[in-house]
Amino acid sequence: MSRVLSHPLLRNPSVLIGGGILLLLLIVAVLAPLLSSYDPQAISPRFRLRAPSDQFLMGTDMLGRDVWTRVVHGARVSLLVSACVAVIALSIGLVIGLLSGYIRWLDGPMMRTMDGVMAIPGILLAIALVSLSGASLLTVIVAIVIPEIPRVARLVRGVVLSIREEPYVEAAIGLGTPTRKILVTHILPNTIAPLIVQGTYICASAILVEAILSFLGAGLPPEIPTWGNIIAEGRGVFQRAPWIILFPGAFLAVTILAVNMLGDGLRDTLDPRMKKRLGA
Amino acid sequence: MAAIPVMGVVAVFVFLLLRLSPGDPAAILAGDAATVENIAAIRADLGLDKPLPEQFVTWMGQLLQGDLGRSVFSKQPVTVLIGQRIEPTISLALMTLLFSVLVAVPMGIIAAWRQGGWLDRGIMALSVAGFSIPVFVLGYILIYFFSMKLDLLPVQGFASLSEGILPFLERITLPMVTLSFIYIALFARITRAAMLEVLGEDYIRTAHAKGLKENVVLVKHALRNAAIPIVSVIGIGFALMIGGVVVTETVFNIPGVGRLVVDAVLARDYPIIQGVILLFSGVYVLINLAIDVAYVLLDPRIRY
Repeated sequence: MSRVLSHPLLRNPSVLIGGGILLLLLIVAVLAPLLSSYDPQAISPRFRLRAPSDQFLMGTDMLGRDVWTRVVHGARVSLLVSACVAVIALSIGLVIGLLSGYIRWLDGPMMRTMDGVMAIPGILLAIALVSLSGASLLTVIVAIVIPEIPRVARLVRGVVLSIREEPYVEAAIGLGTPTRKILVTHILPNTIAPLIVQGTYICASAILVEAILSFLGAGLPPEIPTWGNIIAEGRGVFQRAPWIILFPGAFLAVTILAVNMLGDGLRDTLDPRMKKRLGA
Repeated sequence: MAAIPVMGVVAVFVFLLLRLSPGDPAAILAGDAATVENIAAIRADLGLDKPLPEQFVTWMGQLLQGDLGRSVFSKQPVTVLIGQRIEPTISLALMTLLFSVLVAVPMGIIAAWRQGGWLDRGIMALSVAGFSIPVFVLGYILIYFFSMKLDLLPVQGFASLSEGILPFLERITLPMVTLSFIYIALFARITRAAMLEVLGEDYIRTAHAKGLKENVVLVKHALRNAAIPIVSVIGIGFALMIGGVVVTETVFNIPGVGRLVVDAVLARDYPIIQGVILLFSGVYVLINLAIDVAYVLLDPRIRY
């Protein structure tokens, strides 16, 4: 037990603060229905545009819906989308990176394709995908995943290229170990630390992009409470009711800050080489 | 020369995006209230009834002649529509770049010079915050304070430079500061890192030993040698600015290319979306080429 508690990860202040805020947010998201007595979608014109008060902690929006209720339900969408995006983008990027780093003839075509995808502005690609295939949770996730894949693939490829020159890999090749086994037992483990770090940054960017898509009207349908949707609905009445935008905006900013801090902390602890390179 | 295959991949990708999306693309573009005739007309209009390779050849041919097609709704050529909206976007992007470089590079130099001190820590903390505040949230916070509470600047809109320098600056300041935040964070961080690497070199110690002034050592000896990573990140940052521009233009109601594409998304006007994607991917590729050229100019040791 004491060994677990004294692990370097748990002594890193960024990891502790970032992770703590995220844990709190996760609890809020799970307990969302218990944290408020209102229905996030219930419309009550009588209570339109009320300022924050004891009755409505964060005020109400144009349709009289309670902003606090919608914000805590929005946390569910944000966390769900970011977790799905990170897992899918890491898996696809890992496979592409391993193959193109290890199999020479695949490298050129794969990396040129990745360069092409990277050249397309991520937000534009995502809004084009969503507008073509209709707004649903699945399309939003796919639209955020695609622009993230090249970065993961490049990262993994870089690790593979440096590891495959190591004596123990050359020894394994010399002994006639099958390629599949070399990739899984010798190369894959070396990619895990950088992938965890990259995964955290992908989470932060996924939360942001999901909010931007909703804000631009190219995300999840407006009746679903997401932070971006709440902010988008507050646009027209910002000067009369700034709380509709400022509260979900604060949640969004603090969440992204927490994920970024967690990522920086993980990077410093798990991947000292990267720390040196960035000089941070 | 690597730019040509990359643009080829972009073109193929954009071409396939519409054709391979689930469902009938013509029906998607026509919207929910479309009649069978509407859908057939759009299909014929975009050549979607022909075999895929034939469509690609026609489409590429038009693209190479600078023809991006016509808007489904206004029927105007996409190039004309983009041309009408490009000025506010270019103004915003260039002003943001200028402002963030002017603020961030000195910040990064100071942070590196005072490494580990409170100035350094403060600047680095600001940079983490800059990475985390979403551009639209920041935009509304700035509007709230500077336009609503203090009544210093107009809330929204755009004034062209031809209408006078003062109206232009008055309108562009808030969007520029909003969009700059993340770039200031990025550029300050990379300047600090690049400077720290250089400041450990022997010739810096020599320069100090010669009795040169601190600012001469920092700018003439250190910054010049740290310039390559800084310039490359500035270039990449500029190329990636389009995402932020789209959002900023929406927050501040600026009639630029970003608004054009957002309105096109809401109206499902695919030719416009496709045209803007191709345009900005091209800009990205060109800027990357320009960065390579800048390397050679900045560092005579690099040759191609």
